[in-house]
Amino acid sequence: MASFPLLTSVLLAPIAAAILLCFVSAKSVQSVRVICATAMSVGLLLTVYAFFSYDLSAGGMQFVEDVPWIKDLGVHYALGVDGISLPMLLLTELIGLAAVFSSWSIEKRPKEFYILLMILIAGVTGTFIARDLFIFLLCYEVVVIPIYIMVIIWGSTKRVSKEYAGMKLTIYLLMGSAFMLVGVVALYLQAFPPEMRTFDMQALAQAAAMGHFSEGFQIFAFFLLLLGFGSLLSMFPFHSWSPDGYAGAPTAVSMIHAGVLKKIGGYGLIRLGLLVLPLGAKFWGPLIAGLAMINVMYAAYIALAQHDLKYVIGYSSVSHMGYVLLGFAALNVVSISGAVANMVAHGVMSALFFAMIGYVYERTHMRSVKELRGLAHQMPRVATGFMLAGMASLGLPGLIGFMPEFTIFVGSFSVYPVFAVVAIAGIIFTALYTLRMLAKILFGPRDSRFDKFEDAKGVAMMPLIILGIALVGFGIFPQLLMGMVGSGTEQLLPLLDRIADAPAFLGGVR
Amino acid sequence: MFYEFALEHAWLIPLLPALAFVVIGMVTRSHGRISALIAVCMSIISFALAAGVTYAVVNNGITVDAPFVQKLSWLHIGSVNITMGVLIDPLTAMMLVVVTTVSLLVQIYSCGYMKGDPGYGRFFAFLSLFAASMLGLVLAVNFLQMYVFWELVGLCSYLLIGFYYYKISAREAAKKAFMTTRVGDFGLLLGILLLQITFGTVDFLELKTLIPGYIVSAGTGTLTVIGLLLFVGPIGKSGQFPLHVWLPDAMEGPTPVSALIHAATMVVAGVYLVGRSLFLFSQLPLVMTVIAWIGAFTALFAASIAITQHAIKRILAYSTISQLGYMMLALGVGSLTASFFHLMTHAFFKALLFLCAGAVMHAMRDEADIFKMGGLRKKMPVTFAAMTIGVLAISGIPPFAGFFSKDEILGAAAAVSTPLYVVATLTAFMTAFYMARLLFVAFFAKPADEESYNHAHEVGKFMCTPLIVLSVLAVISGLWGHLCGFGEWVRFGMPHAEGIDLGIAVSSTILSLIAFGLAWKIYVAQTWSSDAIAEKCGILYKLSFNKFYIDEIYAALIKWFVDGVAKVLYWIDVNIVDGIINALGALVRGISKLLSPLETGQAQCYAGIFACGAIALAVYGYFYAGKIVAMLGGAF
Repeated sequence: MASFPLLTSVLLAPIAAAILLCFVSAKSVQSVRVICATAMSVGLLLTVYAFFSYDLSAGGMQFVEDVPWIKDLGVHYALGVDGISLPMLLLTELIGLAAVFSSWSIEKRPKEFYILLMILIAGVTGTFIARDLFIFLLCYEVVVIPIYIMVIIWGSTKRVSKEYAGMKLTIYLLMGSAFMLVGVVALYLQAFPPEMRTFDMQALAQAAAMGHFSEGFQIFAFFLLLLGFGSLLSMFPFHSWSPDGYAGAPTAVSMIHAGVLKKIGGYGLIRLGLLVLPLGAKFWGPLIAGLAMINVMYAAYIALAQHDLKYVIGYSSVSHMGYVLLGFAALNVVSISGAVANMVAHGVMSALFFAMIGYVYERTHMRSVKELRGLAHQMPRVATGFMLAGMASLGLPGLIGFMPEFTIFVGSFSVYPVFAVVAIAGIIFTALYTLRMLAKILFGPRDSRFDKFEDAKGVAMMPLIILGIALVGFGIFPQLLMGMVGSGTEQLLPLLDRIADAPAFLGGVR
Repeated sequence: MFYEFALEHAWLIPLLPALAFVVIGMVTRSHGRISALIAVCMSIISFALAAGVTYAVVNNGITVDAPFVQKLSWLHIGSVNITMGVLIDPLTAMMLVVVTTVSLLVQIYSCGYMKGDPGYGRFFAFLSLFAASMLGLVLAVNFLQMYVFWELVGLCSYLLIGFYYYKISAREAAKKAFMTTRVGDFGLLLGILLLQITFGTVDFLELKTLIPGYIVSAGTGTLTVIGLLLFVGPIGKSGQFPLHVWLPDAMEGPTPVSALIHAATMVVAGVYLVGRSLFLFSQLPLVMTVIAWIGAFTALFAASIAITQHAIKRILAYSTISQLGYMMLALGVGSLTASFFHLMTHAFFKALLFLCAGAVMHAMRDEADIFKMGGLRKKMPVTFAAMTIGVLAISGIPPFAGFFSKDEILGAAAAVSTPLYVVATLTAFMTAFYMARLLFVAFFAKPADEESYNHAHEVGKFMCTPLIVLSVLAVISGLWGHLCGFGEWVRFGMPHAEGIDLGIAVSSTILSLIAFGLAWKIYVAQTWSSDAIAEKCGILYKLSFNKFYIDEIYAALIKWFVDGVAKVLYWIDVNIVDGIINALGALVRGISKLLSPLETGQAQCYAGIFACGAIALAVYGYFYAGKIVAMLGGAF
């Protein structure tokens, strides 16, 4: 089994499905859906297998594949996963499968929708398993196109038009990639002399360790990456695409975008920013921490003033990303582990939220907390889904969200006490907007307008089941997730020690 | 032996009810009776195990200084090690017995009380989870485990207070409970984080050994901050001033839930946490003073509100707040024994009082106002007897349970500070008065409504049995604890010398009797008119009746500082942050508009420009040909 190209299979599963779909009649909708569900199930099963057979004690990149591709540029088709990327891959596959089920009842051009969805998932998958920067960028660019088309065609118009939302999403994604591209090219040119040039991330990290990047260069290049990845992660003030984008996007896109795509930002900051440009990361750490605090509080406050469910969750996700940024900025093993785990946690809960909102919206065509009420009467299962996601979102122990947040707090408190305390106060506001929203839409007197809508069952239950298992499972057994993440982040230890005394922005504000 | 098994498998005590929750939630939810059966069975086994553990504690000589510990790793990341496990000492054992007893009795009572409710199965699922969470909290080996279950207890109370989710009031009360306690949890979490950062561990026993050395080397500054932060959690959870506002509203849940929340789970969690952390707090004089005074103030404050309330459950809710203040006061003066003794007796008589209130309301078609009842003594003899026992117990009349525990607290307070003693005694007087008022008005006074009165009836056997059991406990638990050396086992520091201070005991009993007499004069004999007294008190009566307007103050604060700020920030986000982005977009569009006339789409125009360009290049080449060649040559 050692030679079985597991990661390639995971990557190819959605691509194969997309190609296969081209040859399926658009009328046989059921086979379209089944093909996608099968492909994603295969991907998920393989990923779960990888997750549980990953050798934690050995650590490092495993399931590696390496085929030279463009020799002149030093590009390799190199895949592999470690403790940081494997959880992200698992997240992608979980949400991918859930998104397929959530889109089950799409009536407008289902075949095209699913083809685009598969390409989207493949693109996201690729970014997390690539060990080669070129592949990473390639996959990232693949993501942009389907997103735009899907929002424009299958999106919905509420406060902003879907065209505006789609354009905003795309421009931000492209702006991020433009900054990233410049940063990456600079890295590529700076790392090695012409004949040795490579896009291999590990080699680039080694180049950094050998001192091929001057401090000034690192600070400059990291800033570019921060603009790129930061806007992807909806870092203040580059966050406003997120609520608008989710509001305009169809359910599956919201799920994937909030659940995984956004996390490419955090993943990139660690994989590229920290590993290759450690001095840059150290320098900008205090700025990131400050922005992180603003992210948490500012977005949580704004979420309180929202009525559209998708906006509540949109701002909530901006707020949660603040915790990820805070964990990253503190630059120690505990806090970075928390940041990675929090990306997974938030991915699962926001995908579940969007799946539930999508279910309700598809039937009632309502999304406002002013219109929806007492849904627990007619849709107890959907209400359970909302409750699970909501409780995870406010960091209830026993669900996936608690431990990552706790580790972020432990890790960042001693580094940025003031920022951390303010960010921790965010748990009060998170609870407030979450509970208000849940109370208004789920509870209260029975409203006969909703009597004709039935509760989720069969296929519509699948997102709830898939994501619910992850929510509760990783909540009760946090070590499953944290152990995996820890095996990846502990490899950062020598690097973090090395930069511990490096200079920081404004002398390291606290 | 069974008790050895129970001790080794103490983790089963919370796990079994948790299992009941899962099974009911997943499988039998729609079959009410089966669900109830599962829940009650699991509770019985839990109770048996808890009893076994207690026996083992006594038999194996497990004391507070030599506890029994089992733990396993829950999370390990970097330098952070979090364990889950069981810590068993007499404190734990006592709590286990109290929690399992009360929750078992409440479940049996609920079999009758919730009959016919469409959410019967769901109710038992939540009750089981509630018990499981509380038991997990009691067994905690470290602060984080405690926090985990602490939050789960909060979740369960949210679910149960909001059980009648179709009622707006229930929904709001549930939310309020969660939010208010969350404010407290924020402090608690900060405290735990600081402990983790300062000591690298949150384990009770490890901290216990580390703290004395730390104080010697680093002083008590940081620890005082930690202590105060930790105490914010119990302020929220145990309904202490100023975070008490959720507790009276919590009566929106079904009455058995109120009994559970007020007696054995949820609110006593805060007292338990303070008791557990006394090894830390007792080193910090400032923190102890704060605990004592917050407790004392809460006790008096809540009692002064209870005097004027009309709803039976609301009176009891304020009495709970007041009694919790008592327990905090006792902890603040350093007497763990007094506090936990009172916790135990209070759990029994308060559960009894609430279940009686439930029986009354059940009989009166959910009427809650005591002034609309009256004369129930003849209609509901069992409930009347039980209620009377509860009232005598809470008022501290010997030989009922409350007498012994309250006396301990008064004694402990008197030993430390006279003002605290005076406040506590005054509270005791007021407690006796408002409890007597409740009893007399509901059971003795003339029936206010003939129809309701005729409808009133005694409760069924499911509801009756718990009343009788709790009555017995409310009578004997005090005397039993007094005689069996409660203080030998449940203590902090040296064993507490058992003994009744005659002066305190006699004076407090006499005060209580005077209060009874007053209540009788006003509400039964009607020698003095209650309305006239209220009139005379004027503003004081109004303040008390309106709960000192605390709720209104909070509502205003939230309106301005939370929702108001939220609206402002939202405006900024849409108009300024997004405004800049959209302006940038508009700028790009504007520039492109300037350039777009060049793209006319007419081939002639393009050809013309092309020709012009070609000519220009040719001319340029003609004059500068040499330079170009030189340039190209350099490149190749």
